[in-house]
Amino acid sequence: MDHLTILENKSIFIIREAYAKFRNIAVLWSVGKDSTTLLWLCRKAFYGKIPFPVIHIDTSYKFPEMYKFRDEYAKKWDLDLIIGKNESEIEAGMGPTKGAKLDCCNELKTNALKQTINRYGFKALLLGIRRDEHGIRAKERVFSPRDENFKWNYEDQPAELWDQYKSTAEEDNHFRVHPILHMTELDIWKYIKRENMPLSELYFSRNAKRFRSIGCVPCCSPIESQASSVDEIIYELEHTNTAERAGRAQDKEDAYTMQKLRSLGYM
Amino acid sequence: MEERSLHIVIVGHVDHGKSTLVGRLFYDTGSLPPEKLEEIKRTSEALGKELEFAYIMDNLEEEREKGITIDIAHTFFKTEKRRYVIIDAPGHKEFLKNMISGTSQAEAALMLVDVSRGVQEQTLRHCHILSLLGIKQVAVIANKMDLVDYSEQTFTKVKDEIIKVLEGLGITPAFVIPISASKGENVASRTEKLSWYDGPTVLSALDSFNSLVIEEKGLRFPVQDVYEIEGTKVAVGRIEAGVLRKGQDIFILPQNRKSKIVEIKKFMEDGLTEAATGDCVGLVVEEDGGLSRGDILEDCAASTVTDTIQANIFWLIDSEYRLGIPVKFKCATQEVNGKIEKIHRRFDPASVEIVEKDSTIIKPAEIAEVQIKLEKPVAVDKFSEIPELGRFVLEHAGHPVAGGIII
Repeated sequence: MDHLTILENKSIFIIREAYAKFRNIAVLWSVGKDSTTLLWLCRKAFYGKIPFPVIHIDTSYKFPEMYKFRDEYAKKWDLDLIIGKNESEIEAGMGPTKGAKLDCCNELKTNALKQTINRYGFKALLLGIRRDEHGIRAKERVFSPRDENFKWNYEDQPAELWDQYKSTAEEDNHFRVHPILHMTELDIWKYIKRENMPLSELYFSRNAKRFRSIGCVPCCSPIESQASSVDEIIYELEHTNTAERAGRAQDKEDAYTMQKLRSLGYM
Repeated sequence: MEERSLHIVIVGHVDHGKSTLVGRLFYDTGSLPPEKLEEIKRTSEALGKELEFAYIMDNLEEEREKGITIDIAHTFFKTEKRRYVIIDAPGHKEFLKNMISGTSQAEAALMLVDVSRGVQEQTLRHCHILSLLGIKQVAVIANKMDLVDYSEQTFTKVKDEIIKVLEGLGITPAFVIPISASKGENVASRTEKLSWYDGPTVLSALDSFNSLVIEEKGLRFPVQDVYEIEGTKVAVGRIEAGVLRKGQDIFILPQNRKSKIVEIKKFMEDGLTEAATGDCVGLVVEEDGGLSRGDILEDCAASTVTDTIQANIFWLIDSEYRLGIPVKFKCATQEVNGKIEKIHRRFDPASVEIVEKDSTIIKPAEIAEVQIKLEKPVAVDKFSEIPELGRFVLEHAGHPVAGGIII
């Protein structure tokens, strides 16, 4: 079995475990390459039709290209799309230039997510985070329990042996399930190529610039790149040593921003 | 390059240099993004330290301030030969459940020993865990050679000590390598100071490990779930051992019913006639009415169907077990309630001698040989024969409390 098929099987196994255990689950779709890959894997796991909702947390600051891609594929893939927004904070003018970026991420992403989970009572959320993205994400479990305040107790995570994932305990509000935790950025691109997966145009070079990681317009910087096809991006990644999230402003305010965001319930 | 990544866990006593070794391995092979190195330089300075290689793995604020590893981190590394997933495990007794979680994902291990201190409590405990979890490929890393003036004599003493422990547990280490992780000596490149040593560096020792071989075995297909796809019932799952063929006769355990594979289904792959170990597939079987999660499909009904399990278990949590407390037994996709009915013997792997025979309790971090009684029969194998159906987790009130292997 080849490398990508091994990774794919692992992901499909995890997705099916989450659905088998909870039924009332949803998958988070940021419209970026990782969560689009996750959606693709969910479609494979369930033979084309994902049997649970797909949540897009909309900060209202996303790129127009992302909204376009989202709406196009929500229709094509017959997704049960839920758009989660922290309306009151958006109306009150919350944004990345109003105070700390950490507050903006926390209000418009984490709290919007909390509101959505509470409204629908989901027992588990599938998330497309990967261990190689960030040192904090390298510490995650595949099934990661969150309490009623959505706190990630990273100092006392449950044992996770082989492929036996923790059952629900009294204090567990919901689980974050991470089906592509074991994939690297390069694996994702090679998988996108093999599967001929559609992807937002933002990833491909225009005017000698492209985005390597996408999110909100004010907090994402493009990189210098001529790579305008998946093959060229793979070549570029095989010859670079720069970190993937180097263009993401929220990671950089201080060394532990990501840890703080995540302990509060950020993705 | 090999297709399959090799998963390697780094184990050993606290402060013997596990995270530093991994950090150094990344640094010395140029596997570290420049921003990451900058970030580590800044943090090291802010905490008043020299460049601290352990911070490459220890990313939690608490870990850096206390200078310890709390939880496992998985990182990715590659050589020309293969991809590696390096799992850095914590060395404290209180984080043992994290160490075991990491080790359960590994196929090979690096066991670190500080030569200036020798074999210590967690060294022994971790050696036992490696042995129980069936990890046969182990290299011992004798670290901190700089603290003993690169003395061959001190190295040999520690080497003999650790080899004795490992061999007593049925593990023959592939190498014992003298290094200084903090100075990068014998990690990726050799050093004059250890000219008396002519074995491999850590980096070349990694490449000498064998990759996982999938052996030919009888079919084991635990049903994960049953979906209805276009009016047909499809049982999904992963082939844990053996191969599946369209048209093949099968046994459904633990009920021991007979059936036949009518179709093998994967999305957008029509006409599949065969699927191999590790493949996640859907199956349409004859008279599918009864299939549900936890059923095990086999070619020869070779697994043992029983409600009494003999096993070695390792206790993961801070509170002790007392005979009679209910547990949930989870093996592959089978989940059955039960309880430990006999504790034949229990011991603390850090002190080697038997603590107690015919006990009524199991204490934190102990290993015990037990008999588990289940409410319903399950289909299991010996861990030494088919590990996927020979290993299990015990839960209590939704929390994993022990891992075990069937003997």
